[in-house]
This record gives sequence, C-alpha cells and structure tokens, in this order.
Amino acid sequence: MTLATFDRSAGAVPQDRVAAARRLSLWLALLLACVMAASLAIGAAGTNLWSALLSLARGEALSVVDRTILWDIRLPRTLMGALVGAALAVSGAVMQGLFRNPLADPGIVGVSAGAGLGAIAAIVLGASLLPAAVMAALGAYLVPLAAFAGGWLSTIVLYRVSTRGGRTSVATMLLAGIALGALAGAVSGLLVYAADDQQLRDLTFWGLGSLAGATWAKLLAAAPIIALALVGAPLLARGLNALALGEAAAGHLGIAVERVKTLAILAVAGATGAAVAVSGGIGFIGIVVPHLLRLASGPDHRALLPNAALLGASLLLGADLVSRTVISPAELPIGIVTAILGAPVFLWILLRRRMVVDL
Amino acid sequence: MIFAGHDITVTLGRRAILHGAAFEARAGQLTAIVGPNGSGKSTLLRALCGEVPFTGYVTVNGQDTARLKGWELAALRAVLPQAATLAFPFTVIEVIRLGLTAGTSAGRDRLTLRALDTVGLAGYAGRFYQELSGGEQQRVQLARVLTQVWEPVAQGMPRWLLLDEPVSSLDIGHQLLVMRLLRDYARRGGGVIAVMHDLNLTAMFADAVRMVHDGRIIAAGAPAEVLTDAILSRAYGCALRVNRAPAGQATWLLPHMASA
Repeated sequence: MTLATFDRSAGAVPQDRVAAARRLSLWLALLLACVMAASLAIGAAGTNLWSALLSLARGEALSVVDRTILWDIRLPRTLMGALVGAALAVSGAVMQGLFRNPLADPGIVGVSAGAGLGAIAAIVLGASLLPAAVMAALGAYLVPLAAFAGGWLSTIVLYRVSTRGGRTSVATMLLAGIALGALAGAVSGLLVYAADDQQLRDLTFWGLGSLAGATWAKLLAAAPIIALALVGAPLLARGLNALALGEAAAGHLGIAVERVKTLAILAVAGATGAAVAVSGGIGFIGIVVPHLLRLASGPDHRALLPNAALLGASLLLGADLVSRTVISPAELPIGIVTAILGAPVFLWILLRRRMVVDL
Repeated sequence: MIFAGHDITVTLGRRAILHGAAFEARAGQLTAIVGPNGSGKSTLLRALCGEVPFTGYVTVNGQDTARLKGWELAALRAVLPQAATLAFPFTVIEVIRLGLTAGTSAGRDRLTLRALDTVGLAGYAGRFYQELSGGEQQRVQLARVLTQVWEPVAQGMPRWLLLDEPVSSLDIGHQLLVMRLLRDYARRGGGVIAVMHDLNLTAMFADAVRMVHDGRIIAAGAPAEVLTDAILSRAYGCALRVNRAPAGQATWLLPHMASA
C-alpha cells in the first residue's frame, strides 16, 4: 500500500469558509456605512442630516446650530464609536486567539480594569509625579498611553499566571482575571479618594462607560494607537490560527510563537487601553462579536479579525443609538446596553461549550 | 542522513529525566523509542523536537537545530503531539490546512484530501474536529502532520516525522493502517521517529528500536537485538519472554511469564 494509491479525487470539497467570510466582509462594510449614517442623522436635537447635506450640496453655509451639532457633536461621536467598537471587538478576538478560548475578553479578565487604573492614575497623579515638560510633551496622549500601559501590564500578568507549559487553563484565567480586576478597582478607588474636585469630574464618566464625551481632541489622541493595533492585528492571523493547536504545535509549524504572543499582547493592550481611555469600560463587545462571526464563517483569524472590526464598530454604534434614543433627550449609559446584550451570550457560550473550553 | 541527539540531559524541576542520552535515527527507517512508563521516552522525543529545555545538541541531516530558524525546521520535520484539543470550531479540513500555511482556506486541497484519505478519514472533511472521537482526532492530527512534510524527500534531503505514541488511542485496524503508513513513509526515503507503547507493533513495523530506561538509552539496534528476554525483563522490571509468531519472522511478546 503506497500513499499514491489513495489519490482519488474525493467528491465534494467542503465549502471554503474563508472565502465565504470575505464575502461577508462586504455586507458588514455596508452595514457599518448604514449605521454610521444613522448615527449622524439621529439625535436629541432635531437637526436633519439630509437637509443639511442638501444645503451643503447647493453650496449654502450651514446654520451655526446645525454645524455645531453635526461637526462638533455627532461626527466625532460617530467616528469614536466606530473606532472604539472596532478596537474592543478586535482585542477580544486577538485575546481569545492568544488564550485559546472563546471566553477571554478584556472586560471580563481585568484588562479593561487595568487600563482604567492606568488612566485614573495619569489623571490624578500625573501632574504631581511627572515633570511639567513631560506632561506638556504628552498632552492629550498622556491618558491613552497610561491606559495602554495599564492594560499591557495586566495582560502580561494574566498570561503568566494562567499559562503553564504552553497550555492556558480557562478556570485559572477567569479567576486570575477576577483578582486582577478587583485589585485594579481597589487601587482606582483609592486614587479617587486622593483626587481633587476637578479630577473627580474627569473621573466620573469612567464607571459608566459612554461615548458622550467624544471630542475631536479625544478622538485624535486615541485614533493612532487604535489604528496601529487594528492594522497590525491581521498580521498576527496566521500565528493565532496555529496557536489554536497549542504553543508547541504552533512552533513546530514554523511560527515564531514568542513574537506572536508579544505582539498580540501589545495589540490587545493598545486597542483596549485607548478605547478605555476615551470611553470608559464598555463590556461584552469583545466577546459577542467574535463569537457571532465564528458561528457565521468559522474561526480563521485572517477573516475573523477584519470582520470583527467591522461588526464591532456597527454593534457599538447601534448600542449607542439605542442608549441615546430610548429615554431621549436623556441618555442611558451605553455599558448597560452592551451588558444586556452581551452577558446572556457569555452565559450561553459557557453552558454550550463547557466541555470544549476545558472548564 | 541522520536525526541525532548528542548528550541530551533534561532536568524538570530538580529531577533529572534524561542523563546524557545519545540518540540516532536513520532516514529510510522507522525508529521506535520504547521503554516503561516514566522512563523518559516521551521526554526524549520532546527534547529532540525542542519542546523542553535540554543540554546537549540535536542535529537534523547534519545541521544543528539550534541554528535553524523555526520555518526552516518546519520544512524539515513535523511533530505529532500525544493529544490535542482545539478551543475553536475548526472543521477537519481546516485543521489539516493549518499544516500547510497555518490558514484554513482551500487551495491545495488535493493534498489535504489525500492526507485525510490516507489516514482512513475520507468524507470527514466538513465535520467539526471537536465532535470527533479521540482516535479520529488523533488521525486528523496525523493527516495535518503528514501534509506539513508530504514528500518524504525534498531537495535531496530526507524529511522527518516525530510522533508521540501515534497509535495510542486507535483500534487495532487503524493501528495497522497508521503503522503501514509510517513504514511506507520511511521506505520512500523519509525518517520516522515514534515513541511506541505497544511492543508487538514495534516488533512488527520498526526497523530500529531504542530502549529507554531510567533516563538512559540502554539498548539500540534492530528489533530482534533489542527486544530480548534479558533487555525487556530488565527495562520493564518483570519476567518477559520473547517468542516467534508461527508463520512470520517478526518478534512477538508473551507477558504470561510474569504471572507464572
């Protein structure tokens, strides 16, 4: 019996899920465009996007009110929602690939809390610890960078604690995440005690998680970090695919495992940190989006990561639309909307896949 | 061309698992590593493929593995782990495609489907890996590993399969299928190194046997030279007697002496 005797052209080649996922990308891009348009068009103020666009097209100037609402409020909020949603979904997907299980999410395992701690520390202690020249040089980037550092540290600690001999224990990861989150929360609480009134006002919105504070300045501070992580993440796709087999097996396939791990941790910390710095802790986007996409088109990260960015952006903008229209003109914190959506999905994965994720 | 480990010492925690083991396997042969539980046979294989830290050095086709890049090594040898669980819902064919490019898109599917056929899983391509039995999963992993180094000889150099108990969760029919497949890979010029638990299959299919005992290779040679009453009884700590199958030439074992 030789291998050659087996060469019969086997019947139906199963459909290529990566090709299907690429087609899905087009639909997701279309969806994002629609949601972004809706996000620009709908709001507490009665400004009509279409009449504004029409008057622009006719070469007329916008009224001051319309200009302020569209340009200074809705556009930065829409762009930031898209950017933050993409960042949260992609960092969820990357983290799940890195930890080899579908329950890893920056919000659940304490990375967002670590990033929040970094941001709070920067606001409360920055001025007293850092020389004025450094503060001035960093400017608006100080808080996103500090959040990135906090997220990075907590991801590294989490990975070290929960991975032994190239295998990650899901139970250890979730428990370590609880401890890390609690610790970061406690230190953050201490810092809040030390804060003065102005700093307290800056801090208030963190607990809630909201896009309401969107400004061009915040957007521009977070955008480069998030963009870097979003552009870099797909380069990790092959490595993350191979990591699904375990660290050793990935190495035997010729993947530079240590480099993939380091870059994945940096990408997660960058995207999560920058997102937390501008919008506080918004949970569950990172777990719902990759899970839905794996159901729809398979777990290959080469398609999963770009699609997660598109769907994450759409989903967060959708949640933001809900949060600012259901009790308009007041706003529901967006974290409530995403949690109502996401927590049941998390439980569902937990129940359905308990065996598979080795709990 | 040989795959060799020189003076391999592995210490895990404070305990030395291997003490300066010297290992050699030839291309064109199926080399079996055997030994009792805890003898260090799996650790030897893991040192040979670089999974555990060790002192000493390993050469493939005369090249020091420490000087080869990961992808260069991946083109020369593939490694089958003992058991592998997957956290994500990959289909069977997607797992095998990981052996090609670490991607799951179709492309060179003639090869992946042939590999699947070879391990007796034709028609399983679209099934979910997580829903297969342990033995089926093991064969899917074998197909992935075969796909990685499909041609036993490439650019005049033999390629190598390193396998940790490749038939441990298979029924006897599939054990024979896989062992024939491995022997065939060696016949066509490749090198096969397998940690084996089953001494009868080893006697039937191996061209060379290395007996590991207490972290040392205590015997090396053809099956008939290594699988002897004296060596087996010493290594496994019980009276074993080798016998001959009535019709064939292969060595076979009789554990019945132990209870006598």
